[in-house]
Amino acid sequence: MGFLIFLFWAAITLGVAMAAAWAFRAVATAVTRGETQRALRNAPLTASFGMLVIFIYLVVAILAPLIAHFPEREVVGSQFMPWSGDHWLGTDALGRDMFSRMIYGTRNTVGIAFATTALAFLIGSVFGLLAATVGGWLDQGLSRLVDVMMAIPSLIFALLLLTIFGTSIVTLILVIAVIDSTRVFRLARAVAEGVVVMDYIEAARLRGEGLVYLITREILPNVTAPLVAEFGLRFCFVFLSISALSFLGLGIQPPTADWGSMVRENATLITFGDITPLLPAGAIALLTVAVNFVVDWQLYRASGLKE
Amino acid sequence: MAHVWRMIAQRLAFGLVTLFVVSIIIFGATELLPGDFAQAVLGQAATPEAVATIRRELGLDRPWAVRYFDWLFGVLQGDFGTSLAQRGRPVTDMILSRLGNTFFLAIYAAAMAVPLALTLGVLVALWRNSLFDRIANSTALSAISFPEFFVAYILIFVLAQSGYFPSMARMPAGADLGEKLYRAFLPALTLTLVVTAHMMRMTRAAIINLLASPYIEMARLKGMRPSRVIIRHALPNAIAPIANVVAINLAYLITGVVVVEVVFVYPGLGQLMVDSVSRRDIPVVQAIALIFAAAYVLLNLTADVISTLSNPRLMHRT
Repeated sequence: MGFLIFLFWAAITLGVAMAAAWAFRAVATAVTRGETQRALRNAPLTASFGMLVIFIYLVVAILAPLIAHFPEREVVGSQFMPWSGDHWLGTDALGRDMFSRMIYGTRNTVGIAFATTALAFLIGSVFGLLAATVGGWLDQGLSRLVDVMMAIPSLIFALLLLTIFGTSIVTLILVIAVIDSTRVFRLARAVAEGVVVMDYIEAARLRGEGLVYLITREILPNVTAPLVAEFGLRFCFVFLSISALSFLGLGIQPPTADWGSMVRENATLITFGDITPLLPAGAIALLTVAVNFVVDWQLYRASGLKE
Repeated sequence: MAHVWRMIAQRLAFGLVTLFVVSIIIFGATELLPGDFAQAVLGQAATPEAVATIRRELGLDRPWAVRYFDWLFGVLQGDFGTSLAQRGRPVTDMILSRLGNTFFLAIYAAAMAVPLALTLGVLVALWRNSLFDRIANSTALSAISFPEFFVAYILIFVLAQSGYFPSMARMPAGADLGEKLYRAFLPALTLTLVVTAHMMRMTRAAIINLLASPYIEMARLKGMRPSRVIIRHALPNAIAPIANVVAINLAYLITGVVVVEVVFVYPGLGQLMVDSVSRRDIPVVQAIALIFAAAYVLLNLTADVISTLSNPRLMHRT
């Protein structure tokens, strides 16, 4: 019986999600023009659902102070209050409003993950493009260094570095960005390697163009597409590893509202049959699924496959 | 056979070199510390005398290379030094009992995940673009996107709540195998679910890749049943990619184990590592990182050897 009820709710959720995705696509095609409109019109429902979710997260992150009823860090009630009209999702282990912390968590968790991914891309692609363009010992040195860094599992490496540098948001961002930039380096170097041997690069070299011009004006425009698709995937990995570290109590530190640590702080409720601690974890999962859907669609579009 | 052994020896030597460099990184990372180790242990308020004493006690007054080789030879003899947080307790002592537990959990999860994922992967490749394929694929994609602790807590909510399985995987000392399997079921199931999704998708991709080759077309044109085409013709050639897939995912288990052990309070290396990170117990973290990295390197090495063995063309590549 319980299983049937679960199936019923799952079907309803799926239906609502599909309807919302469809409506979002309709609105999006109405407000855009030209190339974007054509792309959006052909987007599968999963991708429009993904875009809808990302859009909602963005709005929530930007408008966080307007949506949340209570401040992020203030104790506003007793511990573990149940869901009510005042506290929509109850209160947490210290008596802070869960719903407001979820809202602020969007800003903190997603913002930090985004900053980290951007930094990882900056480091990874700069060195990757440099290695491919300059070649020689620089390429060899950087590639071997990356090989060795990738021989250590990334979470383990992150834990090691966090022990040494201590846990703060800045070290967290730097550590994860450096570890993840090795993967970006591999991709950027591999893609750029194929571009560097082209005739137009040779021509530019013979013209006497400098290294910076070569990389930014000749190579970069030709490697952007795969790098952009990779950005989405990397974001998912970074987001999940930051959440995992926060969950372990080694990432984003309290009292900053963050989904990973919120799960950890309130996990005891689960054993009493309260699903509140699952919500922040679900929020993490939902965003990752959404980004994956959009990336899948973009990769499919870029590959030019037609069934 | 000689060239097979030579190939394996070569790979092993290469793996050893990698491990050596990894050990330098793991040990050398502490040198990046602003100030030094002794300062970090005692904190900002320490008197210079106290710092100097600790430094002498830990041998920090000696040059880096000397300390590194000291540590390395210790490690080779099974001595990882002493813990900083629990003064004077040998790290080997702390690790040894937990090492077995972690391996038990990883093997338990692998024993469930590998057959399940391979079967599902083959079935999905066989019935590709069917409803079953679509459902399995989108479920797998979602499962990959879930953080491990989300999966773990859902399982606790569903299975432990109703009292089928314990949510705390404490391991009593004298437990027999059945008891251990029962207690570690939920953590193992969590790992299985997370890893199966990855493995299934990669198996599917590997097999579908092969199905495009001409000899498969030929077999199909001869009128062979699809299941026979897959099992007799595609699968043997898929050993290399599948061995890779399995090894990559078992390596992935290593990171998954850390989070899952914390959720279920399972007495393994991962939990010890997380505790040691927050206590900044550097020797313990170094030791565990080295063990995990060694397992990781070894798994990748095994995959490499198996895929080379299964493909004669790779074997004779110089």
